[in-house]
Amino acid sequence: MSMRPRDKRMSLEDVVGRLESGMTIGIGGWGSRRKPMALVRAILRSDLTDLTIVSWGGPDVGLLARAGKIRKLVYAFVSLDSIPLEPHFQAARQNGTIPEVVELDEGMFQTGLRAAAQRLPFLPTRAGLGSDVLANNPWLRTIESPYEGPDGMPETLVAMPALELDAALLHLNRADMHGNATYLGPDPYFDDLFAMAADKTYVSVEQVLDTAGLTAGPSPVPVQRLLLSRMLVDGVVQAPAGAHFTSCTPDYERDERFQRAYAQAAKDDAAWAAFEARFLAGDEAAYQAAVKEFGDE
Amino acid sequence: MSDLTRSEVVAAAIADCWAQDGEIFASPMGLLPTLGARLAKMTSNPDLVISDGESVFLAAPPPLGSSTGAVEGWIPFRKVFDVVANGPRHVMMGATQIDREGNQNISAIGPFAQPRRQLLGSRGAPGNTVNNRTSYWVPQHSTRVFVEHVDIVSGVGRARAEAAGTAATRFHALHRVVTDLAVLDFQGAGGTLRLISVHPGVDVEDVRTATGFDLETADEVGTTREPTDTELMLIREVLDPRRLREKEVPS
Repeated sequence: MSMRPRDKRMSLEDVVGRLESGMTIGIGGWGSRRKPMALVRAILRSDLTDLTIVSWGGPDVGLLARAGKIRKLVYAFVSLDSIPLEPHFQAARQNGTIPEVVELDEGMFQTGLRAAAQRLPFLPTRAGLGSDVLANNPWLRTIESPYEGPDGMPETLVAMPALELDAALLHLNRADMHGNATYLGPDPYFDDLFAMAADKTYVSVEQVLDTAGLTAGPSPVPVQRLLLSRMLVDGVVQAPAGAHFTSCTPDYERDERFQRAYAQAAKDDAAWAAFEARFLAGDEAAYQAAVKEFGDE
Repeated sequence: MSDLTRSEVVAAAIADCWAQDGEIFASPMGLLPTLGARLAKMTSNPDLVISDGESVFLAAPPPLGSSTGAVEGWIPFRKVFDVVANGPRHVMMGATQIDREGNQNISAIGPFAQPRRQLLGSRGAPGNTVNNRTSYWVPQHSTRVFVEHVDIVSGVGRARAEAAGTAATRFHALHRVVTDLAVLDFQGAGGTLRLISVHPGVDVEDVRTATGFDLETADEVGTTREPTDTELMLIREVLDPRRLREKEVPS
């Protein structure tokens, strides 16, 4: 019997095979930064539908919205960062093709993930008070503090409900086969919170290493970068360039030229059909080959 | 200086927003606010804490378009939310719409259920306005921006905060609106917008015409101050030698 923890390596298709239509799926990263784009592309190739997507949104949301995969979207913003407005998301909102939307303040979104991560029904927050976030989501409730405030009156705060996830999809820089994983860029974003808020967590990485390799290497990686423990991870996928075209610092920066082409193609149906035929019709290897060809042009 | 440009007047007016803030995090959204915050740090408020807009605090302000230099701290997005909730921060956001009450919209134009034009979403505006000092930057002062009522309240004005109770008013502090024409504050009746100065070459009437509601004015509307020679040198030679500021406010 092996003394080692279980081997959780799987393929992109294996991950999608464990997801079901109607699930609530949290997507890590932020805007157009370190998004699990290879996993998103695998969802595009599947027949999964009616998804609730919970994301600080970028092209992950754009692609899933364009493909009609989203029944409900929970977001605080959707942006391509260097291109402020995500064109597919924008079109989907303006055409009313996402049946249900929950627009939150960015901090409320984090509070909701924290509540789920701590298995609490809600957490109080100031963010949202007085804004149309509460008006547009009338199911959101406030809660009065049981304690007096500085003026002798109890404060009434937003009771941000837990954003519980059936699954979280993340992309990090390195992992071992057991699910211990590191980010190597300047920002962990909120990927650990997504993992704790989810029943199942699947992480794609640039490279799967042996465990010692996570902190060893030519220049040692500080242990603080070990963002995910294997306790939180159910599947590990080696997906080089798996965040493309979003950034995955320091392995690569955002592919701005490709992102511009993506945004441009979103503007009319014929251009989008051509983009899909060129980049999204095949598997991940075909995508990466088409991207390389595009880069060489 | 005779060759003074509007964008340079604006940069100094924006810098003034952070002059009295002490040792807090200046969070400028966009190009001119970034120039103004960096200018404030090099002149009126050296204690100001500035970031690269991504994930680190920078010890000294780099030129626009650059984020190089000594790093003095780590500010990934998760810690930004901690600073927001903790309070030592003054954000200057954009505003697609802003109304007399000081409500701001960056979410969408038209009905929320199916907007005519989807914008960014609420982003951090609701949390910013009830937690931190907040100012706004409007590069084109017009009746499209300054409207009677915003379509969606992202940033919270005074009356809305008061209606939500003391939890919303305790730290609510709208400070200024700087535009390409003028400087406004929120000292009008009930915390509403009020014109306090017009930029050199702009008349009060120009501002009224470009505002979609009856604009309250301070007892004496002044002329926005001109940048000092030191400020002009810093803007022109140190912080923005490529004149990126003129892309946002043409001269």
